[in-house]
This record gives sequence, structure tokens and C-alpha cells, in this order.
Amino acid sequence: MIDSSSSLIELRDVHFGYGDRLVLEGVSLQIPHGKVTALMGASGGGKTTVLRLIGGQYRAQAGSVLFEGQDIGQLDKQGLYQARRRMGMLFQFGALFTDISVFDNVAFPLREHLKLSEPMVRDIVLMKLEAVGLRGARDLLPSEISGGMARRVALARAMALDPELMMYDEPFAGLDPISLGTAARLIRQLNNALGLTSIIVSHDLEETFHIADKVVILANGRIAAQGTPDEVRQSTDPLVHQFVSAEPEGPVRFHYPAASAAQDFGLVQKGRV
Amino acid sequence: MRHFLATLGWRTRQWLADIGHATVLFVRLVMLGPACLRRFGLVRDHMHFLGNYSLAIIAVSGLFVGFVLALQGYNTLQRFGSASALGMLVALSLVRELGPVVSALLFTGRAGTSLTAEIGLMKAGEQLSAMEMMAIDPVQRILAPRFWAGVLVMPILGAIFSAVGIIGGWLVGVVMIGVDPGSFWGQMRDGVDVWSDVGNGFIKTLVFGVTVSFIALRQGYEAQPTPDGVARGTTRTVVMASLTVLALDFVLTALMFKL
Repeated sequence: MIDSSSSLIELRDVHFGYGDRLVLEGVSLQIPHGKVTALMGASGGGKTTVLRLIGGQYRAQAGSVLFEGQDIGQLDKQGLYQARRRMGMLFQFGALFTDISVFDNVAFPLREHLKLSEPMVRDIVLMKLEAVGLRGARDLLPSEISGGMARRVALARAMALDPELMMYDEPFAGLDPISLGTAARLIRQLNNALGLTSIIVSHDLEETFHIADKVVILANGRIAAQGTPDEVRQSTDPLVHQFVSAEPEGPVRFHYPAASAAQDFGLVQKGRV
Repeated sequence: MRHFLATLGWRTRQWLADIGHATVLFVRLVMLGPACLRRFGLVRDHMHFLGNYSLAIIAVSGLFVGFVLALQGYNTLQRFGSASALGMLVALSLVRELGPVVSALLFTGRAGTSLTAEIGLMKAGEQLSAMEMMAIDPVQRILAPRFWAGVLVMPILGAIFSAVGIIGGWLVGVVMIGVDPGSFWGQMRDGVDVWSDVGNGFIKTLVFGVTVSFIALRQGYEAQPTPDGVARGTTRTVVMASLTVLALDFVLTALMFKL
């Protein structure tokens, strides 16, 4: 089992919903320091929501989200911004600033937060771009690079301020097999080399199980299983089994809640049933 | 009946919340003025961008409005034998009303829509979220410089509109129709007061600059982050900003020129 005493982030009985639809119903989990933790589960299962709660973009409706013991939901704007400077987030499609070059994108957080001389900014940016293999693409615009490259640029940008926590929202979605393998190795290497704590939201089973130290499976707003990849794989829980073996039917609902089919297709007349 | 009351109550609450949000955003943008001055480079870049965007359409429209004013003005004035007052008529119409109002409407269509679409698309592409996660406040970094750029550039555009319009009036009135140039310029100089006419016109353009920039930015910032949402936001910018400019113009005129 993973030692829970050294967790960087802890969610305690978190509830969250959009409008009437509850996405998280009492989620408690710990993100261990220095490890790669994967949040997995079906689409719409609240994985990205967990990242947004940790980043303070949403506030939990009940329960608390602790970042090194500080409740993110209770921080004022200044405190929240201070906490965010220690986090990096990779958005699903990169979210690069489309009107400035790759170089300026990576330089953006440096120029905004640190008063560095331009030669120093240049050195740091080139180092970060080198780490993702895109030093040569520095003068291109985001519209001139592929989706996989854009994500790597975004990764360099998210790391520009040397965060302690990196959050990856679907880093593998829509990548070809080569880029996918590269991206997965990169995440693992960065985590080890820089002593980061990483959270990956993903539903790519194979790659994620390969690089993660801890796997958390969210289903129907709750945690279905957590542990090392091997523990999760061997879990006998029907929910986890369904997910790990990619079965279409099981406890995870395929159908969005709806009235009965007979009613919707007009097979049942009003008042007769 | 109860359903009606519930809807009415809900709508009213939404409306009040909307006004509240708008006010908070407006106050924040205004309070960020000094911060924008400290990083004037950002404001300058957007002034250049917004100004350049609108310069051609403002100048051409000003010229044609000047042409038409001179034609119509001459037609009416010469019936009373006072064609010599044409210069004053053209200048007063432009400086007091048409310069500020028409340039604000053109600025809405040309620059306001682009502001709304730009902010809306940045939101749709998660760029604003990404910025927040970098601990950079998008209101301060993205919205405020554009707001102040719009506020500062609008008086310049209004002045250019009026100046080009007067040249247009001169071309038609003096060069084409043959009004005496001495009386054209002389009457203009005597009849237009620097403070009450040019000054009030300047205040109008400043107010319209605040109005248009704020409405455009807010529509972009509050837009649903979808193609449909950005389209609606852009449309709303044009409708709301145009109506607000026209209504405010009436109020300002009533206050300034105490008819």
C-alpha cells in the first residue's frame, strides 16, 4: 500500500455538482507526494472536475480540498493565486495563446511573474522547450503546429515556473501511438527528474497503468477502487472489473438516466399503467 | 398564476444578479486603471490595434457625412439667404453630435465586435482558464488593457471623424457649390466654442468609449464558450452598445446644451 502520511493533496468527503446533476458524491482521496497518481473512469465521471477543484477554479459544495493542509476552497484570491503558482496544469487541448509564438507562450508566465532579464527568460524558455523536444519550433505560431506538439508546448509552459504539482487533463487523448508513448515517458521522466507530484486524468488504460504509481477509479460520483496498478487490476469489484476489462455492460451505466423506453416511445398510454 | 409569479421572481433575481455582476466587473476595470498605466505598453498595443482597425472606416464615413451635411445644409440655409453660415452648421453638427455618435457606432461595429469575439474565443479555447491556473488574473491582464485602450482611443477617433467631416463639408460647400471660403471658416470660428462645443463633444466620446468597450468586453467574458455563444455575444454587443450610445447621447445632450 502507499504511505498516506506524505500526501500533498487530500480530498475529504467532497461533493460537487453542476446545477441539479451531482458529479462527485462524497469523494475522499489522497495524492501522495512525489508520485504519479492516475484518476481514471468513464467520461463525465468527474475526473476533470477533481482537477478544477484542486486548482481552485471550482469550490466544493461540501467537504474540503486540502493542498499541504490548506483548504483550497477557503483561500482568498491572493492565497489561491499563491497556491496556484506552485501548480502547473496541462489542459486537454493545450490552451495555448493563439496570437503569440511558441516561444512567447512559454515565456508568458515567466514574464508575468518574475522580473528576469530577457536573456535569462530566453535561456529558461529554450531549456523548457528542449525538455519537450521542441526547441526548434520556437518561432512557430500555435496554428502552425500539430495537436500533439501543441500539448508538448503547453507542457513546457506549465513547467515554466517549476511547479511542485503537475496536473494533466487527458494528456493522451487524440494522440497517435508514437506521440502517446513519448508523452507518457515524458510525464514519468519529468516526475522523477524534477521530484514533482503528478496527477493524470486519463482513460487510456495501458499507458496510464504503465506509468502510474497509484490509480484511482471514479465511477458514478464515487471512488470505485484505488491502489497500485496491480492491486486495481486484480480487484474483484464489478465496477472496476468492468472498467479494467472494458466491458460495455456492468455497474457503470451506459444509458444516461431517462424515462423508461416504453414511455418515451409512446407504448404506454397515460393512465393505463 | 403562481407559476407566473415564480417566473417573474426568478427573472427579476436573474436580472438583479446580472446588474450586480456587471457593476463588479466595471468597478474592477476602472480600479485597474493605475495598474494599466504602470504597464502602459499593453494599453498602447491595443490602442494601436483598435485604432488602426477603425481608422479607415471612421475617416471615410466622416468624409461622406461631411459631404451630405454640406449639401443638405446649403439647401436649407440658402432659402433664408444665410448660406454663409454653412461652415458653422457643418462644424457644430459634427463636433456636438455626429462626430461622437457616429464614430461610436462605427467603433462598436468594427472594434467592439472583434473584442467580444476575441475574448469569447479565448474563453472557449480555455485560454482564460489556463491563465487563471498560471495565477494570472485574466481581468487584469486581458480585459483591463483592452478596456482602457478603447476608452483612450475613442476620443481620438471622434476627433478624426469631425475633422475629416469638416474637410468634406468644405469640399462640397466651398469647392463644389462655391460658398465664400472667408465666411465659411469665419462663421465657423465665431460660432464654435472650444469649451461648450468641442469640450462637450470630447466628453461624449469619452463616455461612449467607456460604454462600448465595457459592453463588448463583458459580452465576450460572459459568453457561453461555444460557437453559438460567441455569435450571440457578438450580436448582443452591437445591439446593446448601439442602443446605449444613442440613449446616452440624448441624456448627455440634454444635460450639456440645456435646450
